[in-house]
Amino acid sequence: CGRQPGSIVGVSNHIWQIKRQEIMKWNGWGYSDSRFFFNKKGQAEFTGRRYRLSGLIIPGLKDWFESTFGASLQHKTPATVSPILNSSAVQPPTLNEAFVEELKSTGIPLSHDAEDRVFRAHGHCLHEIFALREGKFGRVPDMVVWPNCHNDVVKIVELACKHNVCLIPYGGGTSVSSALECPPEETRSIVSLDTSQMNRILWIDEKNLTAHVEAGIVGQDLERLLNESGYCTGHEPDSMEFSSLGGWVATRASGMKKNVYGNIEDLVVHVKMVTPQGVIEKSCQGPRMSTGPDVHHFIMGSEGTLGVVTEVTMKIRPMPEYQKYGSVVFPNFEQGVACLREVARQRCAPASIRLMDNEQFKFGHALKPQVSSIFTSFLDGLKKFYITKFKGFDPNRLCVATLLFEGDREKVLQHEKQVYDIAAKFGGLAAGEDNGQRGYMLTFVIAYLRDLGMDYYVIGESFETSVPWDRVLDICRNVKARIIRECKDKGVQFSPLSTCRVTQTYDAGACVYFYFAFNYRGLSDPVHVYEQVEHAAREEILANGGSLSHHHGVGKLRKEWMRDTISKVGMGMLKSVKDYVDPNNIFGNRNLL
Amino acid sequence: MASEAVYTHRDPMLKKRDDFEDILEERRNSSDLRYALRCYIPVLYKELTPCKASELKSMVLQSDQLRYVINQVCKETGMAADEVQAEAAAILEEMAHRLQLSTIRFFAFTLSKVFKTLFRSICVNEEGIQRLQQAIHEHPVVLLPSHRSYMDFLLMSYILYTYDLALPVIAAGMDFMAMKFVGEMLRMSGAFFIRRSFGGDKLYWAVFSEYVKTMLKNGFAPVEFFLEGTRSRTCKSLTPKLGLLNIVMDPFLKGEVFDVSLVPVSISYERILEEALYARELLGVPKPKESTSGLFKARKVLSEDYGSIHVYFGQPVSVRSLAQNRVDRCQFNLIPRHIPRKPGEDIHSFVNDSAYRLVRAQEENMVLKPWVLLASLLLQNHHQMQVAEQKQEMALDELTEQAVWLRDLSRQYGAFLHWPDHVSPSEAVSSSLSLHRGLVRISEGRVQLAFEQAGGQTRPGEPCSTVTPEEELLNQAVIILSCASYRNQALHIFLRPALLASAIHTASSSNKQEVYNSFSFLRNMFSNEFILCPGATVQDFEEACYLLVKTGALQINQQEFVVTERGHRTLGFLTRMLDPFLQGYQVVCRFLCEDATEGLTEKQFVPAVRKFIIRHILTGRLRYTEVLSSDLQKNSLAALLRLGAVQKLKGGEEQGTLKVNKVMVNSLEDTLGGKLPTQKAVVARL
Repeated sequence: CGRQPGSIVGVSNHIWQIKRQEIMKWNGWGYSDSRFFFNKKGQAEFTGRRYRLSGLIIPGLKDWFESTFGASLQHKTPATVSPILNSSAVQPPTLNEAFVEELKSTGIPLSHDAEDRVFRAHGHCLHEIFALREGKFGRVPDMVVWPNCHNDVVKIVELACKHNVCLIPYGGGTSVSSALECPPEETRSIVSLDTSQMNRILWIDEKNLTAHVEAGIVGQDLERLLNESGYCTGHEPDSMEFSSLGGWVATRASGMKKNVYGNIEDLVVHVKMVTPQGVIEKSCQGPRMSTGPDVHHFIMGSEGTLGVVTEVTMKIRPMPEYQKYGSVVFPNFEQGVACLREVARQRCAPASIRLMDNEQFKFGHALKPQVSSIFTSFLDGLKKFYITKFKGFDPNRLCVATLLFEGDREKVLQHEKQVYDIAAKFGGLAAGEDNGQRGYMLTFVIAYLRDLGMDYYVIGESFETSVPWDRVLDICRNVKARIIRECKDKGVQFSPLSTCRVTQTYDAGACVYFYFAFNYRGLSDPVHVYEQVEHAAREEILANGGSLSHHHGVGKLRKEWMRDTISKVGMGMLKSVKDYVDPNNIFGNRNLL
Repeated sequence: MASEAVYTHRDPMLKKRDDFEDILEERRNSSDLRYALRCYIPVLYKELTPCKASELKSMVLQSDQLRYVINQVCKETGMAADEVQAEAAAILEEMAHRLQLSTIRFFAFTLSKVFKTLFRSICVNEEGIQRLQQAIHEHPVVLLPSHRSYMDFLLMSYILYTYDLALPVIAAGMDFMAMKFVGEMLRMSGAFFIRRSFGGDKLYWAVFSEYVKTMLKNGFAPVEFFLEGTRSRTCKSLTPKLGLLNIVMDPFLKGEVFDVSLVPVSISYERILEEALYARELLGVPKPKESTSGLFKARKVLSEDYGSIHVYFGQPVSVRSLAQNRVDRCQFNLIPRHIPRKPGEDIHSFVNDSAYRLVRAQEENMVLKPWVLLASLLLQNHHQMQVAEQKQEMALDELTEQAVWLRDLSRQYGAFLHWPDHVSPSEAVSSSLSLHRGLVRISEGRVQLAFEQAGGQTRPGEPCSTVTPEEELLNQAVIILSCASYRNQALHIFLRPALLASAIHTASSSNKQEVYNSFSFLRNMFSNEFILCPGATVQDFEEACYLLVKTGALQINQQEFVVTERGHRTLGFLTRMLDPFLQGYQVVCRFLCEDATEGLTEKQFVPAVRKFIIRHILTGRLRYTEVLSSDLQKNSLAALLRLGAVQKLKGGEEQGTLKVNKVMVNSLEDTLGGKLPTQKAVVARL
C-alpha cells in the first residue's frame, strides 16, 4: 500500500519558485503538465507523470461525460487566451512610489510584472477561472512581494501602514470563496503578499511532538519534510498539494484524516501573526489555557482581514506504521448515512470515511483507468454481478463509502473489522481496497476534470456545509433537488449533474459536499446562471439547517449570509476586533464582514 | 389607500380551462365487472419505498415525534410508558385505514351501477389528470376536493381508479365510522377516521399528525382531505379549516421533503343528492345520525335524475413556491424537529393565506349550470314580487331573457359556465327547470317556486287546517333555501362586484374613497360568510372596479363613481344578490340588542334568533325567508365575535355566555343599513 498521502507519486523536490506560473497553469487547476484531454480516438487521457492516473487512458469517461451532460466532443469551448497570458490586457499597476522606494531599500523581492500580478488575483471559483479563460481581468494587485521570513513581513506591514497601502496575503491561491479577488472599489495600491518563500520547518520538538513551521509552507512539502524525520501532521485537506499552512489557519481548514489528527484548530499549538498593531502571539505553548476567549480564534478564520500568519507551532505525530484503504457498498444512500451515523455514535470512525451518493459512484466508475488484464475485468464483472444480481442492489440506488485506516497494523485490522461489522448491519458489503484507494485518488484529479469540462461547455463547482445528523438525508435530497429545479427554471437546456457526498463525521453531525455541473450550451451568460443556482443552493442549505461553510470559508462569496449566521452581536464583535487591529483597513481584501 | 395600490388584473375572460371527458360513457358501453377487475398499475411517487399499511403503523408508533409525546404524557400524568404506548396504539388502530385494492374493486363495480342510475354523466378534465399523475410522480401529493356531498370521496377514489392513479388515503370524520359495515368498507377503501374534536388531547394530536405525515413523506399515497372541514350545506365554500393543512405543510417547512403538491379539486353537482336534507338541517331539523339503515333508506333517491357531475382537477400548487419569501425555514434549525411546537404567527398566517388561496382555486373551477343562474333570478323575482305584493311568479320568456343577460354577464366575470350553446336559450332554460321540478313549477308559461309540494309535509289523514303559519313558513323556507343553495354556487363570481355595488348603494357619496371605506366595511363584515382572502381588500376592490368598468356598468371620473345607464340593471342585480345577507346580519344585530336575554349562551343563540326571525317574517317586518338559515346566523355571530361587538365568556358557570356590546352592535346594524356612514373610526377599529 502506498503511504504517500493521496497517492501523489514522484513528488518533486522543488521549493516553490517565485515564478509559480512556470510550473502551474495560470488559468486552470494545478500543474501545467497535468491535464485531461480527449485523444484522437475520443478516449480521455490524463497527461504528465505526477499522479497515479497520469499517462493512463480512461475509457469510460467519454460516455459518462456525454450521457451525463448531453455534451458532445464536437462542441468545444477552448480557453480563448491559452496558454500564454497577454500582458497588455492587464491594467497597468497603480504604484505607491514612496512605499515602493522604501520597500526596495529593504531588499525584499518584489515585482509588478503582469503575469505575477494576474496569477495572484484570483482563487479557483468558477467565475474566476471562467473569466481568465476568456482573457478577462478585473482589478488585479498592483505589486507582488515575497517576504522571506517573519521579520520581512513585519517590515512590509509597517511600510504598508506608513504609506497606506492595501495588503492581501497570498498563500497557495486555492481559495474558493472569492477571498483573493481585489475589491474593485479599492483605490489604494494593492500589494499581494506572497508567503511562498517562508517555507521552512524551523524546529521539531520530539519531546512535545510539535514542529515550528513558517506559514508559507505548502501542505505536500510539510508532510514530505516531516516524513523525512519520521513524523507527519496528518493534516490533509484536498488542496494539500498547493495550499499553505498560513491559508489553513486563516480559513479554519479541515483535513481528510481529521478523525485521527483533528482539524486545524486542534493541531495548532501556537501562532504568530503580524498585524498593523504589531505582532500577536501567546507567551507559552501550554496545551490548553483558560485565559479568556482564545485569541487564536480571532486569527483562525480571519481570512486575511487582520494580518499575516507568519509562523505556526503544530502538533506532529510519528508516521503511521500501517495504512489500509477500504470500501463498502450500500444498497442505498439512506443506509449509508445510517451506517456513518452509527460509526460516529460509537466513535470508531477510521482516519477517513466518506460516503458517495449514487451519481458520484457512477462518476467514480467512469474514471476507472483501462484495465490491463482480462482477469481484472473478469473480476470486476463478477463483483458487479454479485452485488446487483445476487445481492439485489439496484445499480441506480446503491452507493459506496470509502475508508482509510491508519495506525499500527494490529489495531488497524481490528478497527477495520469493527467498522465492517457495523456496515454489515446496514446492508453494507465490503467492496475492496482498490475502490477505496481510487476514491481518494479522485480527490486530487477532480479539480483537473473541471478544466476538461470547460473545454466542452460544461461548468461546475463543489461547495460544502456541515449539518446535524438528523438533517443529513434531508439536506442532501433537498439541495440536490433544488439545484435541478433552479437549473430548469433558469433555462439550462440539459439536466445538470447534482450530486453529493458525506465527507466527514462528527459526534453531532457531518460535513456534506455537493458537486454541481451543467452543460451551458444555449445560455448567453452561463456564469451568471451558475451563480444564481449556487446562490439558491446555499439558501437551501441554510433553510435545511446547514452551516454557511464547514471549511471553505466565507470570503466575499458568502458574506451576505454572515449576519444571519452569527447574529448582529456576533458581527459587532468581529467588527470591533477588526477596527482595533486594523483601523485603516490595511488588510483590505474585504472578506468575511 | 385604494387608489395607490398597484394591482395587475388578470382578465377573467382569458382564464383557460381544460375540456371534460365523460367517464360514465365507457361504463355504459362495456362490462362493469371487467372494469372492476382490470389490471391496475398506478404511477407512484418516485422516491416511494413500498410498505404495507401495517408497517406504516409501526413507523408511526416508533417515530421520534410520538415517542417524545408519550414521554411527556407519562411525566405529566404519572402513567406508565407502556400504558401510554398502548393508548397510542389504540388511537392509531381506531384511526388507521386499511386500504386494499379488492375493496376498491368492489366499489368500482357497485358505484358504476349506482352512478349510471343517478347521473347522466361524470365529466373529468383529463389534462388535470395528467398533471396530477406527473405531480404524484414528482412529489408527495395532497388532494383537496370541495365538499358538497357524502358522495365526494367515493367519487374521488372512483375517478382515480378509473385513470390508473394512486388511490388516496382520506381523512374522514368519526361519524362515518359509526356506520357499522359501511365504516369498515370505507376504511378498506382508504378512509382514516379522525375525531371531530380532540382539543387538548396531546397524544391524539401526536398520533394523528404523525400518521398523516408519515403517509405523506413516504409517498405511501396521496393524502386527501376537505379544506372546508365538513360538507357545505349552503353550497357556498366554507372558510377553510387549518389543522390538516398545517400538518401536510409541516414536512416541507421542516425540510423533510423537497416539496408537497397541493391539488385543489372542484366537484360540481348539477343536482345535489342531499338538497332538501341540507335545507331542513339549516332550518333546525337536526341532522340524522349517519347510520347504515339511513343510507339504505336513501335508496329512493336512486330513482331520480341528478344530472351530471363535473370534476375539475386544478393546477397543482407547490408548497415550496407558496412559502418562497414568506416563511423563514431557518426557524426550525435550533430545536429538534420532532419536538412539537405551536406554529408561530408567521406560519399561521402563511397557512391561513394558502388555505384561502386554495379554496378560491376550488371555487374558480366549479362548473356552473344554467339552473344556478335561474335560481338566482327566480329568488330575486320572488322577493321583488313579494314586496310589490304581487303574485310571486314570472313569465317563462322573461326568465329566459334575463337568463341570457345573466349568462353573458357571468361569462364576462369569468364564470366557468356550462351553458348548452347548441340549443336555443328557451330550451336550455326549460330543460334546466325540468331537472329541478321539485323546486319550481311551470304552468301556463309562468314559473314559480314550488311551495305546495314542499316535501309533502301534509301527511295523509292530517287535515290541512292544522298547518300553522309557522309550519307553512318553514315549508316554504325549505324550497327557498334549496334554491338559495344553487344561487350560492354563483356567489363567488359576483361577490366582489356585488360588494362594490352595495358599497356604492350605502356609501354617503360616490367618492371613490368613501365607497372604498364602505366596501372595506362590508367585506370585513362578511369575511366569515364568504371566501375573502385575508388582507386582500385593495385587490378585491380593484378587481370589482375593473369588472364593473370593463363591462360598462360603471365609470370613474376624477375619483367619483358614476353608474351608467345600462349599469343600473347590473348594479340592481348585484345589490339584490347581497341584500338577503345584509338584511340577515341586521336582523341578528337587532335580535342581540332587543331580544337577547341576559345570560344567553352560544348554544341557545340559534334557536332564540330563529324564533325572533320567524316572528319578524310572520309580521311582515322581514321579507327574506332565507335569513332562517342557521349558517347565516352562525356566521353573523362569528363576525360579531371577531369584531369584538359580542364577547364569549370563558370558564366558570358562565361558560359560553354571550356578552353583547349593544352600542357597538347597534352602530354596526346602522352602518349595514346605510344609516350610519362608514366612519374612519369604525373602519379603523375593525
